[in-house]
Amino acid sequence: MPVAPYLLIVLVPLLPLVGFVVLGLFGRRYLRAFSGLFATGLVFLSTVIALSVAYDYYFISGAGPDSVYHSAKVLNIHWLSFGPDFSIDMDLLVDPISVMMAVIVSLISLMVHIFSLGYMKGEERYATYYAYLSLFTFSMLGLVLSANLLETYIFWELVGCSSYLLIGFYYDRPAAVAAAKKAFIVTRFADLGFLIGILVLSFQAQTLDLRNLIQILGPGGQSLADALLVPGNKGSFLGISALSWGLTLVFIGGAGKSALFPLHIWLPDAMEGPTPVSALIHAATMVVAGVYLVARLYPLYTATPNVAEIILWVGAISAFVPAVIACTQTDIKRILAYSTLSQIGYMMFALGASGFTASLFHLFTHAFFKALLFLCAGVIIHRVHSNEMKDMGGLRRLLPVTHVCFLIACLAIAGIPPFSGFFSKEEILAVAWENNPFIYAIGLVTSGLTAYYMFRLYFSVFWRKTPAHEGLHHGEAPASMKIPLIILAIGAAFAGFIPFSRFITPDGRPGEAPAFGLNVIPPVFIALLGIGIAAWLYGKESNRPEKAAKALRGLYTFAYHKFYIDEIWLFITKKIIFNLIGRPAAWIDRNIVDGFMNGLASATAGVSAATKGVQSGKVQDYAWFFFMGIAGLAILFIYLYT
Amino acid sequence: MWTGIMVPLRQELMVTLILFLLLFIKVGASEYRTGTILRLVNILLLANLVLGFFPCPDATLFNGMFHTGRLIVLEKNILNLGTLIVSLLAYDWLKEHRQALEFYMLLLATLTGFFFMISSGNLLMFYLGLELSTIPLTALSGFDLEKKQSSEAALKFIISSAFSSALLLFGISLLYGATGSLGFDAIPRRLDGSAFQLFAFILLLSGFAFKISVVPFHLWTADVYEGSPVAVTAYLSVISKGAVFFIFIQALYTVFRPLAGNWNRMLILLSVLTMLTGNLFALRQNNLKRLLAFSSITQSGFILAGITGSSRAGDASVIYFILIYIFSNLGAFGVVSLISAQTGRENIDDYKGLYAANPLLSWVMAISLFSLAGIPPTAGFFGKFFLLMAGAGRGNYVFIGIAALNMVIALYYYLRVIKAIFMDSQPQPIGKLKIPLLPNIAFGLCVAGILVTGVMGWVYDYIYSLSIGF
Repeated sequence: MPVAPYLLIVLVPLLPLVGFVVLGLFGRRYLRAFSGLFATGLVFLSTVIALSVAYDYYFISGAGPDSVYHSAKVLNIHWLSFGPDFSIDMDLLVDPISVMMAVIVSLISLMVHIFSLGYMKGEERYATYYAYLSLFTFSMLGLVLSANLLETYIFWELVGCSSYLLIGFYYDRPAAVAAAKKAFIVTRFADLGFLIGILVLSFQAQTLDLRNLIQILGPGGQSLADALLVPGNKGSFLGISALSWGLTLVFIGGAGKSALFPLHIWLPDAMEGPTPVSALIHAATMVVAGVYLVARLYPLYTATPNVAEIILWVGAISAFVPAVIACTQTDIKRILAYSTLSQIGYMMFALGASGFTASLFHLFTHAFFKALLFLCAGVIIHRVHSNEMKDMGGLRRLLPVTHVCFLIACLAIAGIPPFSGFFSKEEILAVAWENNPFIYAIGLVTSGLTAYYMFRLYFSVFWRKTPAHEGLHHGEAPASMKIPLIILAIGAAFAGFIPFSRFITPDGRPGEAPAFGLNVIPPVFIALLGIGIAAWLYGKESNRPEKAAKALRGLYTFAYHKFYIDEIWLFITKKIIFNLIGRPAAWIDRNIVDGFMNGLASATAGVSAATKGVQSGKVQDYAWFFFMGIAGLAILFIYLYT
Repeated sequence: MWTGIMVPLRQELMVTLILFLLLFIKVGASEYRTGTILRLVNILLLANLVLGFFPCPDATLFNGMFHTGRLIVLEKNILNLGTLIVSLLAYDWLKEHRQALEFYMLLLATLTGFFFMISSGNLLMFYLGLELSTIPLTALSGFDLEKKQSSEAALKFIISSAFSSALLLFGISLLYGATGSLGFDAIPRRLDGSAFQLFAFILLLSGFAFKISVVPFHLWTADVYEGSPVAVTAYLSVISKGAVFFIFIQALYTVFRPLAGNWNRMLILLSVLTMLTGNLFALRQNNLKRLLAFSSITQSGFILAGITGSSRAGDASVIYFILIYIFSNLGAFGVVSLISAQTGRENIDDYKGLYAANPLLSWVMAISLFSLAGIPPTAGFFGKFFLLMAGAGRGNYVFIGIAALNMVIALYYYLRVIKAIFMDSQPQPIGKLKIPLLPNIAFGLCVAGILVTGVMGWVYDYIYSLSIGF
């Protein structure tokens, strides 16, 4: 048997797992100071392997003679089998999406590992931090590489669990604990949808394997797909077809993890975690898991237009609302968090508007500039010891490298050519224009808002006033923190030139790179307008922002309080769910379920006592029962029941 | 020609050889050290286990009296494994016993009987195998020579067995009268489900049911299990029962296949009765051996539920469950045996606060009990899961529902023991006990089996690939 191709990719998730196990067991006692370097080294190896496999796949052996990228299954382990034709396997899938994701996740993770060497130095639980980070990297890589839905789900939960650990890393701060809990509960709530969705889909298709699932249920598959699509047909419920139910539920799971509106409330709070963690988990990797999931099942979603419509609108709202909120926030990390929400909304509505390549392209470029923004924020917070914008200002002289990197990232996210964000956002807007002009308009306005709030942040941090504390002699930051910034800045600046559509398309067939015509003018103009307004308001110290806020007071307060969505959820959970569901459920549990169990117990005890006499200890009695048994069986089954 | 007989018969021959070797030592050697002999026997049993794994062709010997194949060899290997674990666990008790050699002679005689019984291709051969195992077994249960209870158990056992054997033989003779043959391949061709044949079948069934302690033929179980030495109880509850289950399911699925509709209904009734009765009695027990006796009755009911599936999955799930049951039950009995041998205490109350001084034993006990109760991720969960799945294959959902309810009831008494061990305390808890090497190995085997068998899917796949069904 020839060695399976791409077998090396097994090591990509495995090395961080080794890191987690070793650091988890021995880190605190024996490896203390070296734990960071150890974990970083392992992630470095797995990044190199991911890159080499990606090179091999995209440029050498991935495409068949018809120059179509085929998927391959690496490692085929039967894990649990329920009978001959239904089993749960542990295997890895190599296809254009998974390879691209593996590269991004390992690369960003590596940057964060390096950055944390400086950022977390002197931290009491340094080794624990790296153990958690390795665990997260392992589970995220497992998630993007797994080849069947249940495996995906297992890693999905692992990702949630490690994210919980990292958000609550500063467990002595009540806010961090609360945020970790909130993130966990909200995503768990959505994961329930995912799990039920998996059950529905796998039950209908009788398989958990992703490729088979898509083949069986997807368009052009067997007639099963058509049968399942018809409401009122097999497996439908409430007049909605089984396939739509399954896909919607899976999307809910993805929406929870990707913090889409209205399940986004956990993400801004999750910023209580260490800043590099925010860069890794809450910007570049975990939160795009939902996008990844929808992209994975993309052929199914295109086959169900009604679900695609839901995705389109949820995505558009999630792009717009957080962008408005971001314009009013003052905490630097929260602004970035809301901007993440907004960008994920972009990716989602692109998928809903059948812009598969555009969406993943944006995911790709977003990973660079958003991770960069968070790491820059890390440097800034490290220096200023505050998250509040009002404590900053004029930092461009103190932090020159950070300043340039931050500016590049801002230009990229605002969509200014030739930075990476421009290309991916342009593609998204192009598909939106073809699909639905209204969505296009939302995208356009959001793009202007994005430019505005990013440059609001940029000007308030780096310009506006001269810094109160002179500290030039401190130096900017250790090299371990600067190097990742520079690498990511290069990515953020130039990643847009990658001919993405050559590699990643829904059917694996290399596509044409979209040509940009005059349609790029409106978005760029609006972005420049946003930057201009931000510069006018925040470029120098003035009372213009207050005046503007006063003029738009109603909207401003509304947005400042995040549209009261948290309060709405609180109302729903505390007042409605607790009172209308929780209390009655508790009552039923106490009186009916427990009552039944207690009744069962006392009945059992009663019967048990009553039949005590049978076990008398006398052999002649035993023989009598034996004989009666035979007689009873004979009478029952020969004469009464034949 | 010789290899044609030796290879298929190698497991029987090996066991007999060990038996004779021990006999020669007993007769020939004027003096021997019990400890050395025990180690030797265990090594021989290990060799016997390993020998079974060599490939074996399908074969039919002695005019169809004896037949073997991969499935039967696998079943014998499972029994060998169980016997080895029992023997390792019994070390502590036997090294103080003056008749340790006789114990092994009797034990190996029963094992030979089981082997011939499983391999039988004829009802006569089956009966011979069964008796070859039963009579030494009754002697074994009286092996605690100083205890009156043990002698009582032996006496009750032999009287009940005689009664059951008589009815079994009666059934065989009736069946011969009805079909004109005793051969397993000839009988099914002449079965038509007449009342006469059904009566013969019910008599036969009662003989099986007696051995696997199915209600209402189970009454001997509790007394014998309680009175016998713990090692013998363990052997009775897993090896003896497992062997009879193997031949029982084989007989039902091949010989009595034409009566499938009839026996299916009977088994469902017996299964429900067995599960309920076992559970109801187990709830009230304070003696741990008696509790495990009734719990093993309940487990028989579950196995019957798997058999009613009458499919390949049914066969596979039964064999798989027995394999797991060996690990779980022997783990539990091993702990009881060790504590009983060193302190003489066997009640649940005696186990209060065991965890403080004996964490290792406590964990072995807890893991075994969890597996018996069928709690994931122990192997016991997978075993029960497959049994119930196989049972549900016929669409008897009410029946499977009752079975699932019984799992809940069973949970209560298993958890009671665990609670006593980990959470309760008493004025005089059991002190720190010494665990000799051999029982320690056995505990390791049991725990590893419980934790690993379930998650390794290929074990079930392998058994499934050999199973029979229709």
